[in-house]
Amino acid sequence: MSKEWPLWEVFIRGQHGLSHRHVGSLHAPDAEMAIKNARDVYTRRNEGVSIWVVEAERIAASSPGDKGPFYDPANSKVYRHPTFFDIPDEIGAM
Amino acid sequence: MYAQLVKSSGKGVKSLEEMDPQERAFQQRIDAGDKIEPKDWMPDGYRKNLIRQIGQHAHSEIVGQLPEGNWITRAPTLERKAILLAKVQDEAGHGLYLYCAAETLGVTRDELFEMLNNGKMKYSSIFNYPTLTWADMGAVGWLVDGAAIMNQVPLQRTSYGPYARAMIRICKEESFHQRQGFDIMMKMANGSEAQKKMAQDALNRFWFPSLMMFGPSDKESVHSAQSMAWKIKMNTNDELRQKFVDQTAPQAEYLGLTVPDETLRWNEEKGGYDFAEPDWNEFFDVIKGNGPCNTDRLNARRKAWDEGAWVREAMLAHAEKKRAAKLAAE
Repeated sequence: MSKEWPLWEVFIRGQHGLSHRHVGSLHAPDAEMAIKNARDVYTRRNEGVSIWVVEAERIAASSPGDKGPFYDPANSKVYRHPTFFDIPDEIGAM
Repeated sequence: MYAQLVKSSGKGVKSLEEMDPQERAFQQRIDAGDKIEPKDWMPDGYRKNLIRQIGQHAHSEIVGQLPEGNWITRAPTLERKAILLAKVQDEAGHGLYLYCAAETLGVTRDELFEMLNNGKMKYSSIFNYPTLTWADMGAVGWLVDGAAIMNQVPLQRTSYGPYARAMIRICKEESFHQRQGFDIMMKMANGSEAQKKMAQDALNRFWFPSLMMFGPSDKESVHSAQSMAWKIKMNTNDELRQKFVDQTAPQAEYLGLTVPDETLRWNEEKGGYDFAEPDWNEFFDVIKGNGPCNTDRLNARRKAWDEGAWVREAMLAHAEKKRAAKLAAE
C-alpha cells in the first residue's frame, strides 16, 4: 500500500520583479500543500515573493537528443544579432 | 564526508580508447566541464554511484537532525533554542534537496527511505556519536559542519547538474551552521571553569570522529579514481582532511582549547599541519553498526516512518476526495 505523494516542480519569483525561476522540486499530496511545503523548503531566507508549483508529470520537455536539429538552425542566422550591422561612428549610439 | 564509503561496482578507470563511442562522448562532455542532466544518456555505473552517494548524503542530513534535535528542548536560552531550531530545519531542507536530486536518477523517495531504514544504505558515521552536553552543539556546528562544508564546496562543481545545484543551495545555508557552532564554543571557552571544561571535553570527543568524516585514505582505491574521473568526487579524502586540520587547528588555539592530538604540529616544509590519523578500526566498526548510537538513530528513523504512515495516507486520500468533489462540481 505504498503510494507516494506526487512530485511537484517549484518556481519562485525573487524580490526584484523578475520572472519565476525553477528552484527545485518536492513531494506533496496536493497543490495547496505543495505551496506550503515550498514556502518551508525554498523560502526560509526571504528568497521570494511568489511561488508557482506544477505537478512534474504535467511538464512537457524537449528531449536532449534533439539538441542538434532543434537549435542548430539559429546558428546560421547571425543577422538576428544587432552586432551584425556596422553603423558609422558619427551616428552615435543606436 | 557525508558520503564516506561509497562502494562502486567499477573496475577501475577505462581509458578513452577502451570506451565504446557513447561512453567516450559522455566522458568527453565531463572533461569539457559540461553538466550532465537527468534525461541525458549516462553509463549505468555513473547512475548507480551517484544514487549511492547522493542518497548517503541525503540520509546524513536527515539522521543528522537527531543528535542536535536532542538539545532543542534544553537549549540554555530562547535565542539559542530558536537558532538551533532553524539549524535543524535547514538540515531537513538539505535532505529534501538531495533526495530530489537522487530521484532524478530514477530511484523513488520511498525506496531511498526503505534502504535507509533496512540498513542497505548508510549515513555518515559521525551521527552515531552521542551529544552529551550543550557544548556538543558548539562542537557539532564548528567541527562537523566545518568538515561538511570542506567537502561540499568543491561538489558545487560536480558533473551532475541536479546534484551541483543542490550543493549550491546547501553551501549558501551551511556557513550559518558553522558560525553558530563556533559562537557557542567561544561563549563556553570564555565562560566559567566548568563551561571551559565542557568545551574541551566536547572537542576531545568530536575531533577524531570529525576527521573520520572524510573517509579512509583513498590512495589505493580504484572506486575513488573512477568517481574523480566522473567528477562526482572532486578531491581525495586525504586532501580534504589536511585542509580541514589546517583550518581548524588555529581556531582551536584561538579558543584556548587543546586539540586531543599530541603529534599535531605545524610543518613548515609542507605548509600544513602534521596530525595523527583517527582509529580506522573504530571507523569501520561504527559504519558496520556498532557505534554508540547506531541502534537509536535507526530506531528513531523507523519509528518516524512507521508512525507517519497514516498521515501520509490520510493526506493523499483527502487530496483525492477534494479533487473528485471539484470535478463533480464542474
